[in-house]
Parts: sequence; C-alpha cells; structure tokens
Amino acid sequence: MTEELEAGRKSGKCAIEFASVSKAFGSRVVLKDVSFSVAEGTTYVLLGRSGAGKSVTLKLIDGLLKADSGTVTVNGEDIAALEHRALAQSRKRIGYLFQSAALFDSISVGENVAFPLRRHTKKPDAEIRSQAQGLLEQVGLGKEYDSMPGDLSGGMRKRAGLARALAVEPSLLLVDEPSAGLDPVTSTEIDELLIDIKTNRHATLVVVTHNIQSARRIADRMAFIDEGRLLAEGTVKELEHSEHELVQAFMNSHMGG
Amino acid sequence: MLVRTVAAAEDAIEWFGGLSLFTGRAVRELFRRPFEFTEVLKQVFEIGWRSAPLIILSGLAVGAVLSMHTRSTLERFGAVSMIPTALAFALVTETGPLITGLLVSGRVGAGIGAELGGMRVTEQIDALDSLAVDSFKYLVVTRVMACIIALPLLTVLMNLSGLLGGYLAEAVVSGASFTFYFRSAFNGLAFSNYIPPTIKTVVFGLIIGSTSAYLGYNATGGAEGVGRASTQSVVLSSIFLIVCNVILVKCIFFLFPGTAL
Ligand SMILES: Nc1ncnc2c1ncn2[C@@H]1O[C@H](COP(=O)(O)OP(=O)(O)O)[C@@H](O)[C@H]1O
Ligand SMILES: [Mg+2]
Repeated sequence: MTEELEAGRKSGKCAIEFASVSKAFGSRVVLKDVSFSVAEGTTYVLLGRSGAGKSVTLKLIDGLLKADSGTVTVNGEDIAALEHRALAQSRKRIGYLFQSAALFDSISVGENVAFPLRRHTKKPDAEIRSQAQGLLEQVGLGKEYDSMPGDLSGGMRKRAGLARALAVEPSLLLVDEPSAGLDPVTSTEIDELLIDIKTNRHATLVVVTHNIQSARRIADRMAFIDEGRLLAEGTVKELEHSEHELVQAFMNSHMGG
Repeated sequence: MLVRTVAAAEDAIEWFGGLSLFTGRAVRELFRRPFEFTEVLKQVFEIGWRSAPLIILSGLAVGAVLSMHTRSTLERFGAVSMIPTALAFALVTETGPLITGLLVSGRVGAGIGAELGGMRVTEQIDALDSLAVDSFKYLVVTRVMACIIALPLLTVLMNLSGLLGGYLAEAVVSGASFTFYFRSAFNGLAFSNYIPPTIKTVVFGLIIGSTSAYLGYNATGGAEGVGRASTQSVVLSSIFLIVCNVILVKCIFFLFPGTAL
C-alpha cells in the first residue's frame, strides 16, 4: 500500500492522501494511524459502523478539524499547514454535504444554494437565481426555492445540501450519508447524479454511506473503518473477500449499517 | 475537596483565558477586511432596533420611579426646582447606561448565545467555513460590531425616555411645563456629565457581544448545550458588565474630576 501511495504521489494524480493520521477528542481516540489515498477523478466510499470516525475523516479532509499527528494532503497541499486565506481559496472548489445537511436555517432553500454563488462570484442576481434553481431541479427540489429549510423533510434537506455543495462546481466533493432518509428510487437518482458528477465533471468524490447497494454502484474503491482503524481497503471485489468477518457481514448485508 | 477546588479554579482560568483571546481576536478583526457591511447592518437592526421598544418602555418606567424618589428627597430641602436636573443627572451618569446594558444582555446576550450555539451544533458554522466564508468574521465580528454600535444609541434612547417618564410623573403632581422641564434638565448637565458615561457603553457592547458569541460559537452537546450557552450568556455578560462598570466609573472620575455635581 505504501508503494501505491508513492506511485500516486509521483504521478500527481492523488487528490487526497492520509499518512498515519491520528485524531482524538480528549481521551476518546477516534482515528488511529489511518493511511489511504484517493486517486483524482475516482469515487472513494467510506464504510463503517456509526461512531467509527467517518464524518471526522471528511472534516479532516476539509480542514475543519486538524489531525493530532500524521498529515492530510489535499491536491498536493498539507491542509493543516495552509494559512487562512490559502485554505479558503482551496475550499472554493470543495463541495461538502454534511451529515445533518447543515442548511442555513435563516434563509430559504434556494438562497442556501445561491449562497456560495453570491459570496464568490459577481454574477447578476437573476443569473444566480436561475443557476440555484437549476441545481435544485437536479436534486428533484425544483419547487422548493422559497421554502424554508425547517419545513423540509430530512431527505429533502439532504438533497438541498447536495445542491449547495454542487453550486461551487467542486473538483472534490465530500458527501456524508447522501441516502439517509431517502426512498430507494430517489436514492438511486442521487447515486446517478454522483456518478454523473464524477464522469462528466471529472470530480473526485469521497462518500460516506451505510447503503451497501449504493456503495456498490458508485464506488471505485472503498475503505472500512472500525474502532478508529482502517480495517480493509480496496475495490468492491477485494472487500467482499476480506478476511475480516465484520467487513464481509457488512458487504453481504442488504441494507448495511 | 481541595483538589476539586483547584481543578475548578483551573477550569475557570482556562475558560477566561479563552474568552480573552476570543475578544482580542474579535477586536483586531473589527478593523480588517472584509467588513461584511450587509451583515453588520442586519445585526444592528436585530440587536439595536428590535430592542428599542423594550428600552423605551423600561426608560419611561424607570424615569417615572426615579422622579418620584427625587421629588420626595428634594421636597425636604425645599429644592423642588432641582428635580429635572437631579433626575437627568442620575439617569445620564449611571442608571441609563447600566440598565440599558443589563436589559440588552438579557435580550441580545441570550439571542446571540442561542443562535450561534444552534448553528454550531447543527454544523452550520462548519458549513460556512466549508463554503470558504470565514465564520468568525461573518458571525462573531459582525455581532460584536453591532453591539458596540447599538449600545450607545440605546443608552441615549433610554436616557430620553427616562426623562420623558420623569416629566410625565412630574406633570401629574405639579403640572410642570414640558419645555421648562427639559430645558432645566439639559441646562444642569455639562459635557463631561453625559459624554463619558455614554461612551462607556461601547465597552458594555463589547462585553455582551464577545461573551455571548464566545459561548455560542464554542457550544457543544446538542440542544442542551445550546440552552446552556444561552443562559450562561445572560448570566456571565451581566456579571462582567456590572464588575467592569465599577472600573469604568473609577476611570471616568479619574479622567474627568469635574463629573461629580
Ligand atoms: N467535535 C467533536 N468533539 C468531540 N467528539 C467528537 C466530535 N466529533 C466527533 N466526535 C466523536 O468521534 C467519534 C466518531 O464520530 P463520527 O466521525 O461522527 O462517526 P461516524 O463514523 O458515525 O460518522 C464519535 O464517538 C463522536 O462522538
Ligand atoms: Mg457520521
């Protein structure tokens, strides 16, 4: 695996690299010596039980949390070493769908999606609105521009959060449990959207999910995290034949988690 | 027992250190771009304008009560004509600023603590940062700035409505004329009587804004944590304000010895 990391780094095609990353909150150790890398333009799925440290992993990638030891490299830069402005600059092309969706609850759903556009582009209002409307339609929320986030169901908030994450035209998209609270049909549509973003916009995706079927559809590679360690890592096939019982149980369950 | 007391003291010192660093950062960032004008305006409206009814009503009531006390005291000395001046003096130098500060820490402190706390535990603060918006500037600095702007204005409003309340109480008893009342109220005051205490409330604004923003911005522990941040914002900003007031009054007496009547 170290060779693989080296190879990725040399060819410059490694979008994300974790090198011996550890993270604890007080005395609670969440990640222990975790290493993996994600090649540019691929989808990497993180699996694991609740509380395993998947969301923390995504926050480390976005620099929202800092590793206690080890380095997190994103697009060739050590994310913890970036100064304020440079970090903001690199985040402009990173989309993040939070586990709780994290919509701003004081503004409408549409304005949530428009928010990054208003902040970081000088486009006229009408253009921003139509762009936000288009993004909402992509996630099946075309009629909800003026709704307030508090009035939406959990699954709808998730999709609105995804639309907001897509508004930045991400080259790297971090997605935390996209199908939580969604019916199977919508869930499949979201998977297709994610695949489309990878293939047509050449983005790199890191997706946390409990939905094994969805993971199989979208993943190029996956990792299984348990009790802070990377238990298994590889393609779907490799994980299916993992020697770890827990990983096998996960892979062969219908819904997972 | 001793161990526990020491541990609690250490926690308190650490907490206070955190608050000081946070406040220092907020003050430094006040003068740095980007200024987030739209957000500051929105917050001035939220914090200042929306507090106005509370301030006016309280001012009327406090002024009326103070006026009754003043009358009963001054009557004994046969100095009833001094009532407007005495009331204006009491309001402007101490009562107005302090009551405004305490009312705002109640209304605004709780609001900022709960709002930022809610945004923290629902990951909205993380979401701002992830969208390349500096959450500290966008949420904290704007609110501190708005408190600093709003407090002196609300204090002036409190003083004026206090005087009006005093006049109404007086009018019932003695039928004093409006112009006479206000003219003698203002004539009795010098620059150094009302400018320093009003400027003092800038510090009150800073205390309320930064204490409640600190508690909200760093809230943990779900809905319960948000409630805690909100309550503590009121309690702690009120206490800090009252304690700081002692120091500020001392400073004013030192810098403007003529302040005493
Ligand atoms: N900001 C935080 N402060 C303290 N503990 C945290 C924080 N974020 C996550 N944790 C803890 O880290 C562990 C992993 O959390 P998380 O990454 O959210 O799990 P999951 O794999 O379900 O996404 C949990 O035990 C959680 O309580
Ligand atoms: Mg999670």
